[in-house]
Parts: sequence; structure tokens; C-alpha cells
Amino acid sequence: MPIKVGIPRALLFYEYFRLWISFFENLGAEVVVSEKTNKEIIDNGVKSTVDEACLPVKIFHGHVLNLKDKVDYIFIPRLTSVNKYEYICPKFCGLPEMIKYSLKDVQNIIDTNIDFRKSKKNLNKTIIEIGRYITRDVNEIKKAFKNALEQHNEYHSLMKKGLLPIDILENNYIEQLNEEVKVVLLGHPYNIYDSYSSMNIIKKLRGYKLSVITCDALNRNVINQNAETLDKKMFWSFGRKILGTALYAMEDNEVCGIIYLSSFGCGLDSVIADIVERRIRRSSNKPFTLLTIDEHTGEAGIDTRIEAFVDMIRWREKNENNLSTHRKFIYPN
Amino acid sequence: MKITFPHIGNSYIPIKALFDDLGVETIVPPKCSKKTLELGTKYAPELICLPLKINLGNYLESIEKGADTIVITGGCGPCRFGYYSEVQKEILKDLGYDVDIVVLEAPEGDRGEFLRRVSKIANTRNIIKIGRSLKNSITVLKKLNRFEEMVLKKRPYEINENQIDNLYDRLIKNLEASRGSKEMTEHLNKALKIIEEVPLDKNRDVLKIGLVGEIYTVIEDFSNLDIGKKLNKMGVEVHKSLSTGEWISEMLIYRSLGLSKEVKIWEAAKPYIKTCIGGHARETVGNTVLYSKKGYDGVIQLMPFTCMPEIVSMSLMPSIQAENDIPILSLIIDEMTGEGGYLTRLEAFVDLLRNRKEKGQYAEKLS
Repeated sequence: MPIKVGIPRALLFYEYFRLWISFFENLGAEVVVSEKTNKEIIDNGVKSTVDEACLPVKIFHGHVLNLKDKVDYIFIPRLTSVNKYEYICPKFCGLPEMIKYSLKDVQNIIDTNIDFRKSKKNLNKTIIEIGRYITRDVNEIKKAFKNALEQHNEYHSLMKKGLLPIDILENNYIEQLNEEVKVVLLGHPYNIYDSYSSMNIIKKLRGYKLSVITCDALNRNVINQNAETLDKKMFWSFGRKILGTALYAMEDNEVCGIIYLSSFGCGLDSVIADIVERRIRRSSNKPFTLLTIDEHTGEAGIDTRIEAFVDMIRWREKNENNLSTHRKFIYPN
Repeated sequence: MKITFPHIGNSYIPIKALFDDLGVETIVPPKCSKKTLELGTKYAPELICLPLKINLGNYLESIEKGADTIVITGGCGPCRFGYYSEVQKEILKDLGYDVDIVVLEAPEGDRGEFLRRVSKIANTRNIIKIGRSLKNSITVLKKLNRFEEMVLKKRPYEINENQIDNLYDRLIKNLEASRGSKEMTEHLNKALKIIEEVPLDKNRDVLKIGLVGEIYTVIEDFSNLDIGKKLNKMGVEVHKSLSTGEWISEMLIYRSLGLSKEVKIWEAAKPYIKTCIGGHARETVGNTVLYSKKGYDGVIQLMPFTCMPEIVSMSLMPSIQAENDIPILSLIIDEMTGEGGYLTRLEAFVDLLRNRKEKGQYAEKLS
């Protein structure tokens, strides 16, 4: 019987799922992905974490609980750093510990440390450490990783074409409507792509005939160039991507509006969203809105704000140069 | 060039000593007050952690007094503190202030840049002069830390009420009035001698509590509503696990030599947390374990609201508490913290510790 490996559908799943799933499958393991986020998962997560944790971390706990009895191992790597001199959020570094001590009955965690802060030299060691849970054959592990990496690159090149993870996950490869009106959706991948916690924001925006661009659709060089204009290097990998995208969106003529989706209590967003907002307000005239979600968010409130935002974009298109002079209505009868 | 810097505990005294020795003019921000916090909260991002808000308030008050250069320490993550300087720059820019922010750090390990920044604020390129002034001011800092430690340790035992408080106040006044490290060291030596001789009643039934958590909230008594004094008044001896002196010598001396004094703490934290996850999360866990080994009655963890590293250690606390048999209270602080509720929680915790101790004593006598 093949070994069953569980992968929680949360946090960096949306960034790396192709890589992780194909790696374990190439090694002959059976991969079980947790269900899509739903009320039960969120409730269970909220119950088992400290109140102060942010929504994505709570959701992650819920997903782990969802997998707990279905698999032999749960893949919860300690993601410290994926790029040189960069970090991911501190909570990611302590995630395996949080899981171990908050969910006492969860055993058999693959909690390999992924840390490329100093260099990528230990990449092979890291892969072998993870692969060892499934097989002892080092060559097979290396081969499995090579293939998985190809899949991962293919996934990212699909995203560069404008497909979003939700399209790819649902096998919805049909050309996404390429409307002229583009909005940039900023935020961490686990906030914007989780359709339950983000209240389907992508689908809602598309419903208004807007095409949605995220950090993943941009070329890495574009992001790097923009991010390098900051005085101090942004040391969070995802923060850097978001900031680079925001700076690009400010300048790009095709972008009609910028939305930042943040989760309450996110330490990174408190810094990044503030810098983004200040920069946009200072040197761009694009509409910007910050939406904050947590486990209590009501959908109606978010809907209203999205609607208002879209109205603002549409009115700008329609009435661009029609400034009302004294006692004259914008809308003639 | 008029230099200012954010407050953290009493460290403004050794910092002033350093710049006095170097002959650079400093503007010490007014003591942290409600106004400081209000100013900071008004202009800082809503969900940023408390230290930034108080720091920002400090700057704004100093700028009003004429400061034009802000000196802060930096870092490269993963905690938010590393990006404080950028957020603060953006805020001050939007507010229309033209100030220079000098961040003391070595970006991506660039020591040349670090030295350039140091010589910029020190107003000299003479490394020996800088080194000597730094050494003298660290002496001031260490002595001051020792004095503060003694205050927290001895206050619950003092026979003449307020004697130590008066001594402390007088010392701070003297230090504030003096210039340069030499004068300050003399004052400190004198005060250290006097505090040694304060009459104490060692027979009192006093509890022992260790303070762990995020460094700013542990050290800055304005942010933690002077928890040390409050606990002392309840008959509790207090020890702070972090001090600026330790931090600075760890950063400047031990780490740059590839050593660390904190290995013992990390060792204690190992069963729970193996790697550094930013901030002082690992030290929080390690020190809690060590306090329980040293026979402390309880531990209080302090952290600002939304502090990322401390949230990780906070979620380990229930297990640490059970496995090491030591009660832990986590207190989260932000600009909304009310003194009444805070005091009630401290009182309840101290009551719990006292009951626990008495129960233990009875059990011993019965067996």
C-alpha cells in the first residue's frame, strides 16, 4: 500500500502545490489534499489556535485537522527562507511547533527545515531529507524533484499567461476573459486565492467584467526592478513581490485600480499595505482600497465595498473629462 | 546635527553619555507619556505593533524640540522591527518633516556601510575615539542595568517605605543633569553602594516572578504600565529576562565574534523550539524553562498586540506550563490597554501563585 501524504490546502499551498504534489507522487506516495476551506475547517482552526494568531494560520490549523485521520504523514515544512537574504513570515518559521503544541493528537509531521537564507547549497540535502520519509533511494528522490520542478515551472508559466491558481486548480484552462479594464489584486497568495476566506473576491471582480492581475502574473524581472527602487531591501519574499507589483501598478496605464486584500493582525501587511497606500496616494491617482478579512467578516460588507470600488472605476471611465462646472449636472437629462 | 533616538527604558542615559563623549549634540525625547502614544497612534498604521507607535511619538516630540537626525538600530527580519525605519521614513515624509534617519545595521553583511553610518553620526572617523566612547557608555549602561535589577529585586523587602524609589528617582535626576560617561559612572557607583546598604526584611513572604517576552515591552516601563513596580507593591520579587546591556553586548561583541552568550537559553528552549524565528521568541521559551528550574513561582509573558514571534511562543506556553510545572500569564499590550483591567489580572495571578505556594508548604508539612 502506498504511503499517504497529506498536504493542507492553506498558506503556501497555492504557490507550491504543483511542486509538492508531483514530488510526492513521483516517489510513489499517495497525496491527499485537504478539502476546500469551509465553515467547519475555519471553526475547528479558530478553536485550536491562540486568539492572537492571524486568520491564515487559523485556517491552516483547520486544514491539518481535516487531514489528521486520513493520512500517514502531514507535510508541514518549516519555511524559513526561500531566497537569499529573504525571509517568510516568522509564524511560518514556527508553524510546525504551533501545530505540534496546539493540536496534540497530530503525529507524523514532515517538518523539514527549508532555509535558503545563506545560500541554496543545502537544496539537495533538504530534498533528500523530505524524500526519505517515502523512500531510501537518493537517486529516485533527485529524479522526482527534477520532474516536480519542471511541473512547478510550467505552473508558473501558466500564471504568467494570466491564469490564476483557482483556474488551474479547477482545470479551467479556457482563455480567461481579457477585458480592457484591469485591476491589480494585491495580497498574500493564501489570502487572495482561498476562495472561502477571500469571499470569492476574484470571481466577484471578474463578474464585473474586470480582469484580475496578481503578483504571479508579472514577470519576475519587472517585480525585481520595481522592488529595487526601495531604500531598504524588503526582506520578506512575498512582501517584496507585493511591493514590486504595487509600484508597477502605480505606473502602468492599463491598470485602473488597486485592491489590497489583507487579513487582520497580519504583521507583514501592517507594514507593506501602509507603504503601498502611502506611495499610491502620494504619486498616483489610481483608486486604491484596502479590504481586511478575519473570521468574523460579513460577506455583505465586502460586497458593498467591492461594488463601490468598481463604480468608482466605471465612473472615471465615463466622466473622465466631464468636470461639473457651477450648477451643472454631470448627467444631462 | 542634532541627534535624537527612540526611548527604551532608561537607555537614553548611556546613549546621551556616548554622544556627550563624542561631542555630538543630542535631543533626548520627552519621557514617554500619553501624549507620545497618542501622537504615535494617530499617524502610525493601524495594525502595526506598539513599539513603532511609541517610537514615532518620541520622534515627533523631539522634532518639535529641534532634532534633525534620528538614529535607530535596524535588522534584516524576519520580525517587523527590521522594516521600522522605512515605515517611519514614509510617515515622516507624508507629515512633511525633513529629517535624516540613520539606521545602524550592516545591510546584507556590509560592514563598510555600517562603519560609514557610525562615523557619520559620531562626527569623527577616529575609530579609537568611537570605540573608547562606546566602551565607556556600555559601562554606564551595564551599571544602570545592575541598579535597575537590584531595584526590582529589593523593593518588596524594604523596611522604610519608598526608600528605594526615592534613591532611584534621585539617581535618574543626577544622571540627567550630568554630562559624559565619567560623571555618570561616578553617580552610578555611589548609588550602587547605597542600594547595597538599604535595610531589608528578608523574612517577608515574597514571591518570585520572571518577566519574559518581546524586548521593548519588557524593558520600557511606560509600555508595560510599570509592571515591575506594580508587582513589587504586591510583594513580588521581579526579574527581567532581557536588558539593553545584554542585548547590545550580544549584538556588538559576541555575535560578531561568532559566539553567543545565549546558548544556554537556546539549549533550554530546544525541546520546544529549535531555530531562531525572529524577535525573542526562542529566548522567551528558553527563559521560561530556566525560570522554572531556578524555582521561580511564576512567569509573565509580555508582548505587543499582533507581535508575530511572540504569538508562536504564546501558543507553546500551555505545554511549557504543564511540562515544567510553572504558571504562565501572557499579557498583550496595545494603546487600548486599560490600567484597571491590567491590574486585576496581575492581582489574580499573584493570588494564584500565593495559594499555590501555600498549598505546597502545607503538603510538605503533612507528609
